[in-house]
Amino acid sequence: MIRIEGLTKSFGSQEIVKDITLTIRKGEIFTLIGPSGSGKTTLIRLIDLLDYPTSGTILFDGADTATSEKGRLAIRRHMGMVFQKPAVLNTTVSANVAFGLKFRGMPEDEARDRVQKALDLVGLVDLAGRRAVTLSGGEMQRVALARAMVTHPDVLLLDEPTANLDPVSSDLIEDLILRINKEFDTTIVMSTHDMIQGQRLATRIGVIMNGRLAQTGSTNEIFYQPKGREIARLVGIDAIPGGIVTENRGGHALIRIGETCFEAMTDLRKGQRVALGIRPEEVSLTPADASLKRSSVRNQFTGRITKMVPSGPFVRVSVDCGVRLTALITRRSCTELGFVVGAPVVAGVKATAIHVLADDGRATPP
Amino acid sequence: MQAINLVVTLNPAVMQIASLSLYISLMATIIAALIAIPLGSLIHFHDFRGKRVLIILIQTLYSVPTVVVGLVIYLLISRSGPLGFLGLLWSPPGMILGQTVLIVPIMMGLVISALNGVDKSISDTLVSLGATRLQKIVEIVKEARFAIMSAVVLGFGRAIAEVGVAMMIGGNIRDQTRVLTTAITLETGMGEFGYSIALGIILLIVALIVVVALNLITAYGMSDDAQKIVGGPRG
Repeated sequence: MIRIEGLTKSFGSQEIVKDITLTIRKGEIFTLIGPSGSGKTTLIRLIDLLDYPTSGTILFDGADTATSEKGRLAIRRHMGMVFQKPAVLNTTVSANVAFGLKFRGMPEDEARDRVQKALDLVGLVDLAGRRAVTLSGGEMQRVALARAMVTHPDVLLLDEPTANLDPVSSDLIEDLILRINKEFDTTIVMSTHDMIQGQRLATRIGVIMNGRLAQTGSTNEIFYQPKGREIARLVGIDAIPGGIVTENRGGHALIRIGETCFEAMTDLRKGQRVALGIRPEEVSLTPADASLKRSSVRNQFTGRITKMVPSGPFVRVSVDCGVRLTALITRRSCTELGFVVGAPVVAGVKATAIHVLADDGRATPP
Repeated sequence: MQAINLVVTLNPAVMQIASLSLYISLMATIIAALIAIPLGSLIHFHDFRGKRVLIILIQTLYSVPTVVVGLVIYLLISRSGPLGFLGLLWSPPGMILGQTVLIVPIMMGLVISALNGVDKSISDTLVSLGATRLQKIVEIVKEARFAIMSAVVLGFGRAIAEVGVAMMIGGNIRDQTRVLTTAITLETGMGEFGYSIALGIILLIVALIVVVALNLITAYGMSDDAQKIVGGPRG
């Protein structure tokens, strides 16, 4: 659908997008994930042909987009875009949605029908006659979505569409994105810094770091086999550095970090320096005095709670057991099990839940 | 007391002066708007060398004295001037020309500011929706309509309130070029203060009517075509 080759964009002496090569497939939801300022917005603007790349090419359905203004307009009209900050024009909601059709010269009665359908899609039919500037942020973003969809674009571009919205509005937008992708078979390219959103929506994910495409892959590949510690951190894995493989028997390895020994699954050979990636939700905590069930949990370490940080309905509990492990525990469990800072606990993590990251940045499947 | 009397009884002489004032200043405002809005847009939407200098020049012309404009126009259109053959001196069309020249800079400058006030994201949104360059410009001008209307109102205000051009080009000829401001000058000079105050009040009433009308046009007129698409507002 869209083929990007060696794309670079500089502002002054600063390279914001660096040598990105990427293929967006028809019908997929491709999500760009990366920290703020990593170049996601710039890349999406380049794809929508709003800006000119410094170098590199973008092919749309095989056609080079580096063409005349007229040619670029014709290609742009196959795309719809929703910006992070919704901008509505000072007129009615339906007139806002109708703009794309008006620009394409569609007769009014036909346009009216399309606008109605687009508003119905985002659930704003009742607000059709309202002045758009009086809407809430979430409603404005739905108007923006309807406005982009009314022209039935082949590709829908979304730049952090929920970044400025409350959780309820975000959920609504996310549901709409999935629906649009399913019902209209619209190819969607979106950016987000919300990893959970990326995981929920994406067919494939591209991780952008400092303007470079650091890794591309399916959701599972990105979240469970991040390439390198930076991406691991970005997708919410606490990577513990300084490990070394001391033994490996057919993929079942022993890894030592300081005084602590972990069992994990990896192909990396004895002597290899590694970091361990452990998702906090995979770490279990039990009070130290409880009778332990030594089931499949191979790695069990006693230690003390050093820090507890509330995070929504969860608490991130840091435990010092030679190495520092972080567990994500529900508030309720925390209270029931009497976890407080300083309390002795046993932390457990399954060998299969440890992601062994080679220090050279290569990852192996767990 | 005399003032109220003149207003209430709609004194024919006063009405003639008031309507000539309204006619000249409104014509000047319309012509100036027809020049300032397209030209201001042209300057705003194009990047060229010396753009900032040009804008500073335009802004400087905000404070050009009315008598200086009067003098320059006088020199241009007097019998011996380059445009003397038009016979515009001591005539309403000459006064319209003078007031137009007077208010074009302030209108144009404020139109540019008004367009600057439209967020960049609006422009991006329009382009992403597939607008051609012209379609984008038209929508942005529409988006700035309230601020542009302010520019037009201010231009009208300056035109109807000025006395320099009206006096130097028009000459305050009774029944021909006498307008409210020149009449006020004359009557005050003759010690007819009540009459002057009445004329002043009438000037403000005329201004009020025009401003209200312009506001209504901006609020309802310009969003008309937008609402047609969906058959008017609901709910």
